[in-house]
Amino acid sequence: MIPELGHYALVLALALALVQSIAPCVGAHRRDGALMQLAASTAVMQFGFVTISFAALTACYVTSDFSVATVFENSNSQMPLIYKLTSVWGNHEGSMLLWVLILSLFGALVAVFGGNLPPTLKANVLAVQSWLAAAFYLFILFTSNPFLRLPHPPFEGRDLNPILQDPGLAVHPPLLYLGYVGFSIAFSFAIAALIDGRIDAAWARWVRPWTLAAWMFLTLGIAMGSYWAYYTLGWGGFWFWDPVENASLMPWLAGTALLHSAAVMEKRNALKIWTVLLAILTFSLSLIGTFLVRSGVLTSVHAFANDPLRGVFILAILVAFIGGGLALFAWRAPLLRRGGLFAPISREGALILNNLLLTTSCLTVLVGTLYPLALEVATGAKISVGPPFFNLTFVPLFLLLMSAVPFGPLLAWKRGDLAGVTQRLTAAFALAILGAAATLAVQGAAAGLTSLGLGLALFVMTGAVVDVVERTGLFRLSPGAALSRARGLPRAAWGTAFAHVGLALTLIGIVAVESWADERIVALKPSQSVALSGYDVTFDGVTARNGPNYRERVATFTVRKGGVAVGVMTPSKRSFRAREMTTSQTALMTLGLSQLYLALGDVEGDGAVVVRLYHKPLVLLIWIGAAVMALGGALSLSDRRLRVGAPRPALRSAIAAE
Amino acid sequence: MRFLVLIAFGAALALPTYARAVTPDEMLKDPALEARARHLSQELRCMVCQNQSIDDSEAPLAHDLRVLVRQRIAAGDSDREVLDFLVARYGEFVLLKPRVEWRTLILWGLPPAALLAGLIALLAMARRRPENEPAPLSADERRRLAALLEDGRGEP
Repeated sequence: MIPELGHYALVLALALALVQSIAPCVGAHRRDGALMQLAASTAVMQFGFVTISFAALTACYVTSDFSVATVFENSNSQMPLIYKLTSVWGNHEGSMLLWVLILSLFGALVAVFGGNLPPTLKANVLAVQSWLAAAFYLFILFTSNPFLRLPHPPFEGRDLNPILQDPGLAVHPPLLYLGYVGFSIAFSFAIAALIDGRIDAAWARWVRPWTLAAWMFLTLGIAMGSYWAYYTLGWGGFWFWDPVENASLMPWLAGTALLHSAAVMEKRNALKIWTVLLAILTFSLSLIGTFLVRSGVLTSVHAFANDPLRGVFILAILVAFIGGGLALFAWRAPLLRRGGLFAPISREGALILNNLLLTTSCLTVLVGTLYPLALEVATGAKISVGPPFFNLTFVPLFLLLMSAVPFGPLLAWKRGDLAGVTQRLTAAFALAILGAAATLAVQGAAAGLTSLGLGLALFVMTGAVVDVVERTGLFRLSPGAALSRARGLPRAAWGTAFAHVGLALTLIGIVAVESWADERIVALKPSQSVALSGYDVTFDGVTARNGPNYRERVATFTVRKGGVAVGVMTPSKRSFRAREMTTSQTALMTLGLSQLYLALGDVEGDGAVVVRLYHKPLVLLIWIGAAVMALGGALSLSDRRLRVGAPRPALRSAIAAE
Repeated sequence: MRFLVLIAFGAALALPTYARAVTPDEMLKDPALEARARHLSQELRCMVCQNQSIDDSEAPLAHDLRVLVRQRIAAGDSDREVLDFLVARYGEFVLLKPRVEWRTLILWGLPPAALLAGLIALLAMARRRPENEPAPLSADERRRLAALLEDGRGEP
């Protein structure tokens, strides 16, 4: 009964979505208030029904109802409750249901909090959201229905893929989807503005918080996925330039560009057309990202054809929304009036450069990800595009971007003074050059890239600090005055500073790991030791242990520094009963911001184990940096100016601070 | 990320659950040669894996390729010769960094071309800008502006 309830609720959501797709548009066209109002109610009800549907599916997983096909395929009665819950979205069908749950949530939020939007804009935005929702409901119901029953229910489920039974993956997909789907709001606003043929700075003020929220979640989602891959896949890499990772990086790059151009539009009423285009492109990349992964086209062009209905459906959705969005843009964008003049050297100019470099990096990732597919389809030739390609193309672009970051916030709007800003950045330059030179002096000329990376990171970080120091008048005014100015500083300015510092922290982490990581690969017998980076790691022996749905063999290692024990590491090998799969659990020991990383290899005949031991200096900075970036986003989001309906006085302090 | 691939195909995927990768018995005695081998391994694809280099992969094929690379290096091949040898045997697919040739021209050319085109477009825009600059204010307009600003100051 429960699965049928969920199934039925989803059908009802589809019916509501179809109503919401048409009625508000007609209402907006005829200026009919009642028809436009309808959208708000249907949006909230849609969310209600999808929630019921999702809850029903969750109930099937929690109660291990193996008469439901997806539950049988992906769950097991012996699994801990948390993994029963995460296996709801640990498969294609369930993850698509999560996708529409988040989509309908965002739609409902616009309906509830969009009280001060112009009625026609709100109606059109909700209608566009509903076009998306309807397409996805249809996709789920026709090709990926999670509620289908099995005629002869088995007694036990097949278990969730053991590699997915991990706390990191409990939160990774929801975060990632909050990011992907969050950009749909920017898309809907862009399409609605194009339908209206009218756009102004207020539009950017409404779009920015949604974009910011989506960007924050996507940042955290990517970081979470990266950390998971780092400790799960067993060789300590944090980014693999895997097409699946690239699929999430592309919307992030475009979304970052969108954040910055929306800022220009809000403050200076400039870059309107470009911002609308970016909003369309960012969500298009999210769609492409979702579907690249979903359709299986990444593993091989042939996997796509294995399930023709799904594949064709996916292509149709992509063509309709991306093609349709861009066509509408080409047709209606000329109606939008240009505004806000500025000199090339100005904050606007800096943000345009930011946009150019970000979109070019995004294009690089896109071409690197899709080129092998395109070439194979066109000529049948198979090539590989891997990390060495991206290191040669993406990395220089990104370093170029980093070198420009500190200038942006310091330049004045409209007409900036580059010489003046350069002078104000003297401290940052000095520190960067000092850091780079010190690296070269200690490491020798071979560390050229290391010193460049470190120098840039220091430059960006100090630049962000200089910005805050100048705005608050620290060192210039009395501490009390500086403190009160710091309080008066718009949260958005703090957000910028934090996000840029986070970026620098991530870069430092990456540079440190790439340059100074050390490894030992040895076979150890019990009581033998291996030394690495000042630590001695002794193999004590192997013990057996039973988990809820697996057996594991745990190897124990004692870590000593200068003869003193600092801790124990216990990597293990788990054999999962249901799938007869073995996984290897790495062991991590956090030492400040660095980590020792221990992965278990084969157990050899004479009782020896093969051990891969890494020292990863400052590795945690990579993800701490991402968290600081997201914190910057949160600070910016809490800015009074961005809170829809915030009282006027906020405007004055904002002007005073700039 | 990687996990999304996994949930797309479930257990059917040939992704490793962990990596054994290079094992002690494979390594060359000479650290300089071994370093070269490691470096080359990172540029070579394990053809049965999804986007993994032979340095990272635990697949038997990756093991064979690692051994092969080390044999060639020990036999005195240069890096280029090792790569040529593998391409002749397995095709371009084995290279994670495609060679610059006609069919990869778009791949390698697009990023710099896009950057260049963007820069040129921006420069062109910056040059065109001054024509659009609004005419300077007349004396009358300036007086009205001053009056407006004065009014604004009076607001609470």
